[in-house]
This record gives sequence, C-alpha cells and structure tokens, in this order.
Amino acid sequence: MSDTPVLELRNVSKTYTVKQGIFGKPRPLRAVNDVSLSLGRGEVLGLVGESGCGKSTLAKILLGLEAPSEGQVLVDGRAMTGQDRIALSRRIQPIFQDPYSSLNPRKSIEDIVSLPLRVHRIGDAASQQKKVREILDIVGLPSRVARSYPSQMSGGQRQRVAIARALIMNPEIVICDEPTSALDVSVQSQILNLLGDLRQEFGLTYLFISHNLAVVEHLATRVAVMYLGRIVEEAGVATLFEEARHPYSRALLESVLTPDPGLGVPDTQLGAAYPNPISPPSGCAFHPRCASAMPQCSQIAPKPIATSDGHVECHLYDDAPIRAAS
Amino acid sequence: MSNDPILSVRDLTLDIPTAGGTLHAVRGIDFDLHRGETLCIVGESGSGKSLTSLALMGLLAPKIQRSAARIDFDGTDLLKASRRQLRHLRGARMSMIFQEPMTSLNPAYTIGDQLAETLLLHRKVSRAQARARAVELLEKVGITAAESRLSQFPHQLSGGLRQRVMIAMALMCEPELIIADEPTTALDVTIQAQILRLLVDLQREMNMAMILITHDLGVVARVADKVAVMYAGELVETGSAKAIFRQPAHPYTRGLINCIPVPGRTERGARLGTIPGIVPSLVGEVNGCPFRGRCDQAVDACANAIPLHQLDDDTHELRCVHPDGHRHEEVTA
Repeated sequence: MSDTPVLELRNVSKTYTVKQGIFGKPRPLRAVNDVSLSLGRGEVLGLVGESGCGKSTLAKILLGLEAPSEGQVLVDGRAMTGQDRIALSRRIQPIFQDPYSSLNPRKSIEDIVSLPLRVHRIGDAASQQKKVREILDIVGLPSRVARSYPSQMSGGQRQRVAIARALIMNPEIVICDEPTSALDVSVQSQILNLLGDLRQEFGLTYLFISHNLAVVEHLATRVAVMYLGRIVEEAGVATLFEEARHPYSRALLESVLTPDPGLGVPDTQLGAAYPNPISPPSGCAFHPRCASAMPQCSQIAPKPIATSDGHVECHLYDDAPIRAAS
Repeated sequence: MSNDPILSVRDLTLDIPTAGGTLHAVRGIDFDLHRGETLCIVGESGSGKSLTSLALMGLLAPKIQRSAARIDFDGTDLLKASRRQLRHLRGARMSMIFQEPMTSLNPAYTIGDQLAETLLLHRKVSRAQARARAVELLEKVGITAAESRLSQFPHQLSGGLRQRVMIAMALMCEPELIIADEPTTALDVTIQAQILRLLVDLQREMNMAMILITHDLGVVARVADKVAVMYAGELVETGSAKAIFRQPAHPYTRGLINCIPVPGRTERGARLGTIPGIVPSLVGEVNGCPFRGRCDQAVDACANAIPLHQLDDDTHELRCVHPDGHRHEEVTA
C-alpha cells in the first residue's frame, strides 16, 4: 500500500447560480464548501448528512460529471482536471440509488453491462460477451439474464446489474450513492454482503453515500458528516459511532432507530428545520439547530480542528484539547 | 382495554384480475385494533400492506375485488356502508396519511385551502373557523409561522414540512382511527424521528387508534404496540412489539430481523443474514405457506393448509406448520 491517497479532494467548492422565481435575482448557492477529503486504497468512506447537504454534488464532482468551482480533485496524486475523462471513467465508476431509473429499459442486460467495454473499445464481441458472463456470475446473477430486460427483473437483481456494469472495467474506486435505499431489507442485506465481498476480492475503494447510519456503520471504515456543504466531522467509524464530537453528528446518531421495542422515538432536539442553502446562517451553519450553541457560534465560522483520526469543526473544541465527547 | 375494538377485521381478501389470472394479493387477514393502540403492519414490497390500508378506507381501484367476513369500524359495517356513509367517515372519523407528501397534496391549492376543506366538508363551520383550526393544527405539528403558511403552495415547502401538513390535514377533524402508510420513508432520519415522535404524541393525546404501515423494523420496534408481519398477502406472525422482537417465531420474521445491521450489535463488516429467493407469484391458485420456497425450516407439510398457533401469551400468534417456528428433527433411535 502506497501512502498516496487513491482519491483526494483539496479545498473543493462548487457554487451554483440559482434564481428564485421568474424575476428573482440570480444568487449563488454553495453546494459544496471548501471540502478536503482523502480516501486511502481499500477504504470505505461513508458520507452522511441530510438531503440538500451536498452529498450528491460531491459524488458528481468525483465522477467528473461536474467541475469544481474551486479546489482540486486528485486521483493517485494527479489532478483530475486535464486528465482524459474517458480514461478516468475506467478507474471511477458509480452505482446509483434507483435501479429502476438508472438502467435503460430498452436495452438488454448484456447491452447495459457491456456498454463500458464498447465505449472503451476493449476486445471483440465474443470476448465482451465472455466478460459479461463472468461479471454477472461475480455479482450473483445467472448468465441467462444477459438476454433479459430490466423490466423482467426484481429491484435486487437490477441493482446487481448496476454493480456488474460498474465493475466490468475493473475500477479502483466505486462511488455508491444510496445503493440500497430503494430496496427491501432482505434485498438490502444481500447487496451489502455483495459490496463487502467485492471490496475484499478486488481491493475496491468505496465512497458510500447513505442516510442510513446503520448501513454506514456496518460497511464504512471512515465516516464524514456533511452539513450545508461542509464536512463538519470526519473520523474512523469506531470513533464516530462511539464518541461523536460534533453536536450534529451526535444528533444524527441519536436519530437511528434500532429495533429495540420499548425505547420509544428519540428526541433529537434538532428544533428548527434544515436551513435554506441560498442564505446559510452566519457563523457556524449549524448554530440555529444546535443544543450546545454559544454566543460566538452565530458570529464566527469554526475552523477545522485536527483530532486523533480526523477533524471536527465546532467551537466546543476551540481551546480545549480534544477529549472524548460526554 | 377490555372494551370493544374500534376496528375489527376478519378474513379480508383482495383479488386483482390480471391478464394471467387472478392475483390473490391479500388472503384472509384478521386483526383487531383498540382506541389508543398502534398496530404496525410490516412487510416488504408486494406483501399487500398498502392494499390492505386502502381496502380499509374503501379507496381501492374499482377492479380490485374485496371480500371479508367482517370489517367493523366502531359499530359501522364498512362492507355494507354506502358511498355516502363512507364519505362521512373518511376524513372525519378515519383518515389517512400517505407516503409521498409531494404527490398527495394538490399543487394547485394553497395549504390553507386544503386544510380547511376537510373541516368545511364534515363540520358546520365558517371559513374563518376552519382557518383558525388549520393554524392551530399547523402549530401543533410544529410548523412555525403557521398563519403565513396558509397562503403557501405545497411546492414552497420542504419534504418534512409537507409531511407535517399531511399529518395536520389528517387530524383536522380529530379522527378516531388514523392509517399512516410509510409516513416517514421519504424523509431524512432526523426528520423521521421528529415526525414519528409527533405522531405518537398526538395519538396519545387524542387517544386515536393508529395503523402504521412500514418496511422499517426500527420504526416498528419504537412505535408499535402490536405488530403484524405480512408476507405475500398473509399475516404470518402477530404479537406485541416485545414478543415479535424478543421472541420472533416465524422463519420470515427471524430472517427479516437478521437482515438489518444494528450499530453496536452487528459486527462491523460481518456478513448480514439474507433471505434467499424471491416472493412467489400470487397469480392463480395459492396453496400452503407462501414462504416455504425461501424457508430453511420448510418440510413437506408446508404445501398443505397452515395452522395458526398461539405462543407464550395469547396475543402472539404464528402461522406456520411448526408450533414454535422451528423444524425439530424426528428423534429416531
């Protein structure tokens, strides 16, 4: 294992311009705000946060579907901008949330899975066909489905097709954007097991985006918590789940409903609603919802503070050395 | 709760004619629900749980055939009720919260109009009174600046707010029964917890009976008094939330519980339990246990009629050939 992270973001921001109403003035929306992250080879980085926090924008930047407004994305230490997009797509592949809308209903499974091979002009028809059968076998689908169409398959089978399509180019990094949230629980566990097996077998690196913290805890090695475009806390999975530091991380963890009868529904104390990203709150963007907010929180944006295995952005840890959260 | 149940269902059966034959979507389900009680119906897609809720409300598509020995709502026989009677019940005494607040609110009317409509239809109130009640309920469901929301349209609200509006709308006439079909599935976990808390609090306050339909076992465990596990159109196991989660008996229930990772309990990265196979086709004749093709406890007798067993306490019922849900090998000396 080399020390160079396989994927690195350096101060990446993405600003969209949006108009409110027909005559509204165009205003900037910072979907991703100065994010720095790095993924080591074989790591699974879980990215969690509420809808609208910028998770999917970040995924699009990593896939090269959006260019960052500022900052750099590095693959194996080389800047992504300027590199051939097609060549990059061999190394970074996506698995999307909804296997009902991410597969072309007019194409056979064979066409769908072999498309990356044809785009990259790898092998002739016979070897492509062979490769498709191999990859279908790896993701647990019988080779006869190659001639089927997406409409003939169940949700779990479709997600396996999506995984087969992502893996046929032997990518190093797979961006999984809510890969199991459209699936039933019994199918979800099959797909999670498959993703775990494939990671072991092919040494894959995942960015795993999910709002299901139980799933993230199960699969991830590191977790980044995103709020209004910023990574407010990043830590190893054990640290985050056992001693989350940021009040927002703790609120997220408290809202996980474990199957324990009699415990009732937790009170997350996240009173106010998620803020409008067009006019983010001053200072720390989380302060209007934070139970531990202090006077300076509405004035000064917190700086990232390094912790033993990550960072946290919160004024609670400004002057004191990082200790375990109470 | 020794009084009569507010809702009593016996042998509810739903058949859908399809090109390939009749689809037996729901086959003979029974349950009782008392005031102040929450019943969670849990099952995967295609189990018939949403159809069941629509059948109770009398909102099924015309081509779906409903039959039952009894659907009794507080003394009213819903099987014999006229459309007029049903209209008087729906929205007033029994109401429904749907999964998708975006598609179930009318985009062309303001929040205020949609909230007031329920009350204007069912009660003799003035517009001003209806609006006042709408503000009261919006505040109750935790919406700030309620007065100003009345003139807003659904698209101007976030998903969480829309779902709160749906709940407020369902509560306008203080119903005695509320049916919530996956009310938090489309929401963020933080909002989910808030909405569920709100529902539970309001239900206690108004002593409503609630049927909550969900596929999320975490939600079930935290909210339910009674749980009904539905598989392929049948209730395979029913019981108190404690019984279902602490002593799950049916192989399907046990399988489902093993499928979900639980922070702090499931070993990180370990393989999760799975249920092999897929839901059987319910078109044509359906015999025996619908789960037997996926069940690791299956025996030959599973193809025959399946008996109902009472477990430890008399509210815990299991539909399985094995009296405790486990196959015991014959002891042959």
